[in-house]
Amino acid sequence: MVNLALAWAEAYTVQHPGVPIAVTGGGSGTGIAALINGTVDIANASREMKPEEIAEARAQGIEPVEHIVARDAIAVVVHPSNPVEGLTIPQLAAIFTGEITNWREVGGQNRPIVLLSRESNSGTYVYFLEQVVRQGDKESEALFSSDTLLMPSSEGIGNEVRQNPNAIGYDGLGYVTSDQKTLAVSRGEGEPYVKPSVETVNNTTYPIARPLYMYTNGPPSGVIRDYLEWITGPEGQAIVQELGFIPLQRR
Amino acid sequence: MRLPFKRGRGEELHWGEFAIESFVRVAGGSAIFLVALIFFFLLREGTPAFWEVSFDNLLSTRWYPTFGFYGILPLLYGSLLVTAGATLLSVPLGLAAAIYMREVAPSWVREILKPLIEVIAGIPSVVLGFLGMGVVAPVVRRWLGLPTGLTAFTGSIMLAYMALPTIVSIAEDAIDAVPKDYRDGALALGATHWQAIYRVVLPAARSGILMAVMIGLGRAIGETMAVMMVTGNAARMGREWAALFRPVRTMTATIAAEMGEVAQGSTHYHVLFAVGMVLFLITFAINGVASIIALRGAPRRGGQWIR
Repeated sequence: MVNLALAWAEAYTVQHPGVPIAVTGGGSGTGIAALINGTVDIANASREMKPEEIAEARAQGIEPVEHIVARDAIAVVVHPSNPVEGLTIPQLAAIFTGEITNWREVGGQNRPIVLLSRESNSGTYVYFLEQVVRQGDKESEALFSSDTLLMPSSEGIGNEVRQNPNAIGYDGLGYVTSDQKTLAVSRGEGEPYVKPSVETVNNTTYPIARPLYMYTNGPPSGVIRDYLEWITGPEGQAIVQELGFIPLQRR
Repeated sequence: MRLPFKRGRGEELHWGEFAIESFVRVAGGSAIFLVALIFFFLLREGTPAFWEVSFDNLLSTRWYPTFGFYGILPLLYGSLLVTAGATLLSVPLGLAAAIYMREVAPSWVREILKPLIEVIAGIPSVVLGFLGMGVVAPVVRRWLGLPTGLTAFTGSIMLAYMALPTIVSIAEDAIDAVPKDYRDGALALGATHWQAIYRVVLPAARSGILMAVMIGLGRAIGETMAVMMVTGNAARMGREWAALFRPVRTMTATIAAEMGEVAQGSTHYHVLFAVGMVLFLITFAINGVASIIALRGAPRRGGQWIR
């Protein structure tokens, strides 16, 4: 979500020149670690803080407060020439654990499947693992197949999906470009197949969607509170939509 | 030992000389001191891994650090495979280029080639990584009919490209150091140009050439960015014959990709430093072998040992 955080910071500093905002990327874990170490005011994260991270923060005298600032959907992407239109979550789980290794088994051509994933420091990785590979089962110990290619960036995934007809990858909807084909996803056999879009994420019919968080130390005050209010307000949420993420629903 | 002052009878103190000598001494000493500090730091951060994680786990073939599987064998395997591939590609090419430049090419060609080859050494590895990802990987996939072009072999190509300037310039110096008498002698005895190169010049320059190979290797195994971008980073131990044409995850890429994320002092953090220790030991061994070769070969190159 570094793109989003950068866009917010840029737009906000133009309107409020007196408020300097510096944004650094590196994955949710990096941001949370920085919050725990007290080096940042706001940690952006695309996953909830883990209980041990909260405990560690409290040990450092930091009380993390959670704010939902936008929503995101994970799109499953393939090469544009791939004839497969949709997959169920159990099928995706079987593909990413290495049980299904040929596109033929899910209605495609006779081609080997090449699995692409983000690196394990990405919040997207953790979310996809929990929701898709483990199908939301907390007891599950399923892991990505050891043949999965771990790409250090969204650009790495996009680049391989664009040129390799064997590839299947996943990434935040905001990072998917039009030269990749997004698959419709179904919760299971017999359930409807839904393509990710602003509507389907807002009405929660698209199964792989998640909130995006900002964490502050204690309830925000002063400029940080103003900034968070601006983000969850209409101007901040317009930027969310512009970047392909999904704006918060008005309560 | 020579003292910095009181050099001769009745001589004044040479303060300028003393200052320069001290400066050089401190600079030289600090280089050693810094290496020792790095090694100490690696040891301090890395050794806890060996009692936090069981040896069975460390020597397993599963690397899922987020879930407590710290098998470093696939990473070691990945690094060695990519480096071996790079050696196979770069050594014949680098050696041939060095021989051509020193023994065959007219001097104006050499004057153009030498700086050009040195320019290759200056290309940042991220740039090469992009090139590898966008251009080389698709070609490798299509031409070899592989499931994906992000393979150990693609990494080897990029590394060979990076090690090439080192190998060429050191091997060229080694060939250049062979006395001209050797060539003249061989030619006078009726050897052809190629026979003189192959039978006389190359054996005489052997130690320098070996050193070129070892230093090139040392550079290749420690390279990170380009390798991370083109090898696919899948921590797997391929037992099949074609493992070179499958994705791998190297030690350097693992450290680079994961170090930014880990909580300081966690098991994962210590294991990453332990991986760094293994890498350090390997490069240390390679450089050590290179130095031994250089020391042993030195007198022969001067031409004193005529057999």
